Amino acid sequence: METVAPPTAAARSASRTPAPPAWLIGAGVLVALLGLLPIGYLLVLAGSSEDALSLVLRDRTVGVLGRTLLLAATVTSASVLIGVPMAWLTTRSDLPGRRWWTILGILPLVVPSYVGGYAVVAAFGPRGALQSLLEPFGVTRLPELYGFPGAALALTLFSFPYVVLSVRGALLRMDPAYEEVSRSLGRGPWRTFFTVTVPQLRPAITAGALLVALYSLADFGAVSLLQFDSFTRAIYVQYRASFDPTLAAVLALMLVACTAGVLLAEARLRGRARYHRSGAGASRPAATVHLGAWRWPALAYCAMVVGLAVAVPIGTIGYWFIRGIGAGEPLTLVLDATLNSVLASGLAALLAVLASIPVAVLAVRHRGMLAATLERATYAGFALPGIVIGLAFVFVAARYLPWMYQTLPLLLVAYLVRFVPEAVGITRASLLQVSPRIEEVARTLGRPPSAVLREVTLPIIRPGLMAGGALVFLTAMKELPTTILLAPTGFDTLAVRIWSATSEGFFARAAAPALLMVIVAALSLGFVLRQERDR
Amino acid sequence: MTSTAGTHAPMALRALALSKSFGDVVAVDDVNLDVQPGEFLGVLGPSGCGKTTLLRLVAGFERPDGGGIEVGGRAVAGPRRNLPPEQRRIGMVFQESALFPHLDVAGNIGFGLPRRGRETRVAELVALVGLAGLQHRMPHELSGGQQQRVAVARALAPDPALILLDEPFSSLDATLRSQLRTEVREILRSAGATTLFVTHDQGEALEISDRVAVMRAGRIEQISTPEELYLRPVNRFVAGFVGEANLIAGEVRHGEVQTIVGRFRAPVGSLVDGDSAEVLLRPEQLHMRALDLLETPPRPESVLRVVRRVFHGSEVHHVLRNPDGIEIEAATSSSATLEIGTEVIAHARAHEVPVYPLDEPA
Repeated sequence: METVAPPTAAARSASRTPAPPAWLIGAGVLVALLGLLPIGYLLVLAGSSEDALSLVLRDRTVGVLGRTLLLAATVTSASVLIGVPMAWLTTRSDLPGRRWWTILGILPLVVPSYVGGYAVVAAFGPRGALQSLLEPFGVTRLPELYGFPGAALALTLFSFPYVVLSVRGALLRMDPAYEEVSRSLGRGPWRTFFTVTVPQLRPAITAGALLVALYSLADFGAVSLLQFDSFTRAIYVQYRASFDPTLAAVLALMLVACTAGVLLAEARLRGRARYHRSGAGASRPAATVHLGAWRWPALAYCAMVVGLAVAVPIGTIGYWFIRGIGAGEPLTLVLDATLNSVLASGLAALLAVLASIPVAVLAVRHRGMLAATLERATYAGFALPGIVIGLAFVFVAARYLPWMYQTLPLLLVAYLVRFVPEAVGITRASLLQVSPRIEEVARTLGRPPSAVLREVTLPIIRPGLMAGGALVFLTAMKELPTTILLAPTGFDTLAVRIWSATSEGFFARAAAPALLMVIVAALSLGFVLRQERDR
Repeated sequence: MTSTAGTHAPMALRALALSKSFGDVVAVDDVNLDVQPGEFLGVLGPSGCGKTTLLRLVAGFERPDGGGIEVGGRAVAGPRRNLPPEQRRIGMVFQESALFPHLDVAGNIGFGLPRRGRETRVAELVALVGLAGLQHRMPHELSGGQQQRVAVARALAPDPALILLDEPFSSLDATLRSQLRTEVREILRSAGATTLFVTHDQGEALEISDRVAVMRAGRIEQISTPEELYLRPVNRFVAGFVGEANLIAGEVRHGEVQTIVGRFRAPVGSLVDGDSAEVLLRPEQLHMRALDLLETPPRPESVLRVVRRVFHGSEVHHVLRNPDGIEIEAATSSSATLEIGTEVIAHARAHEVPVYPLDEPA
């Protein structure tokens, strides 16, 4: 068919997959273009301005960049320092109550960053719970919390479990034979740990650390509540303060560049990690290390971490919730926000699942250049912080679609771009389970491709589609920055309610929605963990 | 529409100079094939010989680079047209049964049927494949053999012009496999179906096919009845691929090929005195005689020693080696085996056996 003979393997796979029908390509291209729209429009915006480059180099911008990187570096190192010992203690030692500590060590992930920010402010901030408790003793001022210390504290406390999870996994998979060989060659337990175990853990530590770095770069909730001027907050402030979108666009693009750098590093390091992994079937568990007297400091350490990351937020939310009820805080407002959250998230889930179908079908059944490009374009939503997606859609709507600005449909389109990668991931995985032979049989029984999709493929992968929808629903419930920027006036979701109440110091008003949000987040974490286990 | 030659009923399947390449790999190379209505044609070959591509070309999952395909006298693929699979009236059964997991047995069988009369036809087929009473089972509640019977019934239901079987028994264990292939053959025979059956298992192909096409490197080497294929393979490849074969070298002298197991008639014309050639002898055509029973001493190179025995149930194969290291295999019934180390000579009663000139490429 082609006049030039390309390499055999590539040519084989290329011509083995039949050409996809036009409607499938059309739908896939549409979804991909939507995915590329935010970054594309921001580039156009920044590129059309003559002083974009000078904006990048301006003092204020460089300051924001420096602060953002400092925050990311601090949060990442602190998370590694907290997470690695936690992972080791819960997998390799005879720490009392090991299984409980395992769960408690992962639990902070259920606290969305703005809830975490809220908890930190409402516990340790001025007029916070700690100060109220200490007031009878004459304490009227606590050390300054706002700015860097608070932001770093909040982000570390609620993202270090990424390190725990990835290092735990590595410790459980690691073949204990390496350590045993080292011991048999005369190295003691400490030298073995640092010369054999730690080097093997490095890929896992890096993977966890990079997740934390991404999280702290993209976070808007905690840094805005704690008033630390990193990129996300600076973008938001800039957007509120001026109608000239150029500076906000430049800031957003710089943030995207940071994120892309981290993602590239992760891809490269992850590739190497796979290379490092030893052969399959190392299921023999390693011998348990007896802590002896060390068990007391170990317990104190775990209790302190879990206390700050789990007990403090839950306690604070509970404290303000009860005080709120006592003060007659109206719960109808919460009901209202819940309904809005459910409506927007439900529609977002539906759209994301529908949009994931053409992309996933192309990626699985019609592999090739086109499909790979479309799939990657869709994944752009993953790499973009929510504030960037929200900002881009605000600008696009303000300029070209004023009738759509601050309407539910625009919010849903932004949600779609942000969450379609999650849906594509699950739809793709379920499609891979369906043998192409089943679809071919349906063809021979008289069905054109569209009927095969409708009558055979989609019914078979329905459980996967439902799972993808549920995941998007739960994630969209938690979404803050996109919602703040794009929600119709008066359309407050739970996330927006928590954020605005905290910003204004109404801690009791934020408590009930925060409680609900922790429950939603716990559900979604349980869901993700189950998906990973089933895989 | 292309008409077929002659006044008889059109061929159920006709492939004309069919070719297909993937990059620089030629998968199907100038294949011509006629399948009579009602015939069961096996396509046999090693993996990678192009037999599955041939099947997928016929089904319409691949587009030919050259040549054409007619099904029931109707052109379905050619230079100007390429009907999609759903318009070819073809039934297909894969190695994995590929039943629709979300439909029950009746739903699977009825998938290709129009709504009107569906129930009656489904009931007929359920009875035909011997699954009465299981209409409402889901695929995962069936055994492997039952699943394949449902797959066959589903393919037969719309009364297709041609059934394609792609290694349909390979995923089953040995006992079930031989039982099921007899059953499926019977089902297809009683339905009067025309079948193209792809397999790499020569025993399976010979056992149930009316004719077998042996493929190698995209080409059909020979199409014949199983007997013909076994007794008169056209070349050394077919001889070696179908059944167990001793290819014994010899030299032509006085119109005969002289070998260590006797002399055989050389075909007239193609071989002259002094040429080298190989003769094909199946293990059961060779008879052994222990040396001490011989009246006249044999030539030293004809003396064979039993070096190994392979037990096959009713038969035992003896691997024999001569002083030059040439090995041949001879079969006896299991009640007449020879000890390892016994010195024998071997000879064949047949005089006319297939002979392949040795300068001809394999």
